[in-house]
Amino acid sequence: MTAANDWEVVIGLEVHVQLATRSKIFSGASTAFGAAPNSQACAIDLAMPGTLPVANEQAFRFAVMFGLAIDAEIAETSVFERKNYFYPDLPKGYQTTQLEKPIVGPGHVDIQLPDGGHKRVRIHHAHLEEDAGKSLHEGDWQVNGRPMTGIDLNRAGTPLIEIVSEPDMRSADEAVAFARKLHSIVTSLGICDGDMSQGSMRFDVNISVHRPDTPFGTRTETKNLNSFKFMEDAIALEVERQIDILEDGGRIIQETRLYNGETRRARSMRTKEEANDYRYFPCPDLLPVVIDSQTIEAIRDSLPELPDAREQRFVEQYGLSEYDAGILGDEADMARFFEEVAKLCGDPKLAANWIMGELAARLNSTDTAIGQSPVNAGQLAGLIARIMDHSISNNMAKQVFDAMWKGEGEPDDIIEKRGLKQVSDAGALEKIVDEVIAKNPAMVQDYLGTDESKRKKKLGGFMGQIMKASKGQANPQQVNEILVRKLNDLL
Amino acid sequence: MTIERADIEKLAELARVQISEDNIAATSRSLGNVLALVDQLQAVDTRDIAPMSHPLDTTQRLRADEVTEPDHRLAFQKIAPAIEDGLYLVPRVID
Repeated sequence: MTAANDWEVVIGLEVHVQLATRSKIFSGASTAFGAAPNSQACAIDLAMPGTLPVANEQAFRFAVMFGLAIDAEIAETSVFERKNYFYPDLPKGYQTTQLEKPIVGPGHVDIQLPDGGHKRVRIHHAHLEEDAGKSLHEGDWQVNGRPMTGIDLNRAGTPLIEIVSEPDMRSADEAVAFARKLHSIVTSLGICDGDMSQGSMRFDVNISVHRPDTPFGTRTETKNLNSFKFMEDAIALEVERQIDILEDGGRIIQETRLYNGETRRARSMRTKEEANDYRYFPCPDLLPVVIDSQTIEAIRDSLPELPDAREQRFVEQYGLSEYDAGILGDEADMARFFEEVAKLCGDPKLAANWIMGELAARLNSTDTAIGQSPVNAGQLAGLIARIMDHSISNNMAKQVFDAMWKGEGEPDDIIEKRGLKQVSDAGALEKIVDEVIAKNPAMVQDYLGTDESKRKKKLGGFMGQIMKASKGQANPQQVNEILVRKLNDLL
Repeated sequence: MTIERADIEKLAELARVQISEDNIAATSRSLGNVLALVDQLQAVDTRDIAPMSHPLDTTQRLRADEVTEPDHRLAFQKIAPAIEDGLYLVPRVID
């Protein structure tokens, strides 16, 4: 996509993914979210003198899983380095990370574009590192009248992989599609819980604009975006800012920017001149980590199903369209939910329609994850089963769904309690049809006098009255058959 | 390589240290000496030599992913200069 007046947008991403290990990357402290401040920060995380890091095996396993999933080369030997900078939420004065020999080498991720096309985004590399703690500026803490910042080091030492893409994206849409794809890959692998609201995935976006067929422009980096929506907004804002400057004859300064999702504004954090010199050097406390090829192959053999393969399977196994398979197969939680409903009710297409229709609408409007859905797979399958056996109509099913969403329980109980049973008893239906025909001689004459090809349209009046007489519970298909037969008998 | 006054000022800012006016000349001389030593090292041809980050001919032992550290916050915060609400307090920083 080209932006206004033929500017081309160039985007590269750096993505921080918190790995779902139980303990930290270099210490045995817990990584559980939401604990009391500093209750999960041990001597190693606090950089107490005399402590030494010991690397967590699972963090390496997870990094290798990611590398294999994006078809990347895995480094059998990877090395940790120290990235030195001063900040109070980094007690050691350096972040232990990888630079020269990252664990995951070049790979690629394929994304689907809004127009249905596909695009390959190259991954430059992905490396293991530790997260920093959290600085809290909002409290009114004071010491001797000086305002203070609060430091919570529970997050310090949480394992991360930082995934660095090549500048292969050309629009906010592509960047978001890429970010979503990474999200679905890491959650499908089970190496990250994917909970963006808890900072489990954070995006730094490098953006520049240029005229096509000219060298790339100067880029800026917008840091720490923690939702797809913020990312989309921040990119739009930055692209507009850069184009405005260039069209006014100005030039872009290489800088780091911060985007505020609440105010929807961004500001400069530091320019290139003020940038830290991180003085990287190999970490003397950690030896090179060697993962032999047998271990890598064993991990490859145990990889769970990935989104692309799952979507393909949904098309083949359940007869879904590629579009539907894309929606239902992309995220592991959604895919599991769909497969459970499809299996329990026996009709994948109805399951797909209900999940992508009624359920997705509710989840979206209430910003609820499928894992937190108030209607579980068993309940939805139970509801679909009642539609399939004609116990209830589609309209009734929507009422039942609504009640289930509000927590009123199992579909059969709701149907029973609300008296929603569809009347399919032929005798009862024939009686209602007879009564309506008897009460409406004028409509009957009109029907009989109408040309055969147009008679169908005249059924609506009868159907309305029959449904009313049955309090909406008559099985419409069955009523239709009985009605047509009885009217035709009068011809 | 000589170290200019501007270099010293920039390094001081990056290192978050204050260097008094009187000390700038001396600091610049001693850093210059360090760099002269680095120049000597850099004169050696190391193209085909893999860097040695430590002298041990072994690889990193990995530990199992288990939580082994209990909560020692009370003990740690006893020696902290300022704490409140379970947080370590530091002079306000906003970047």
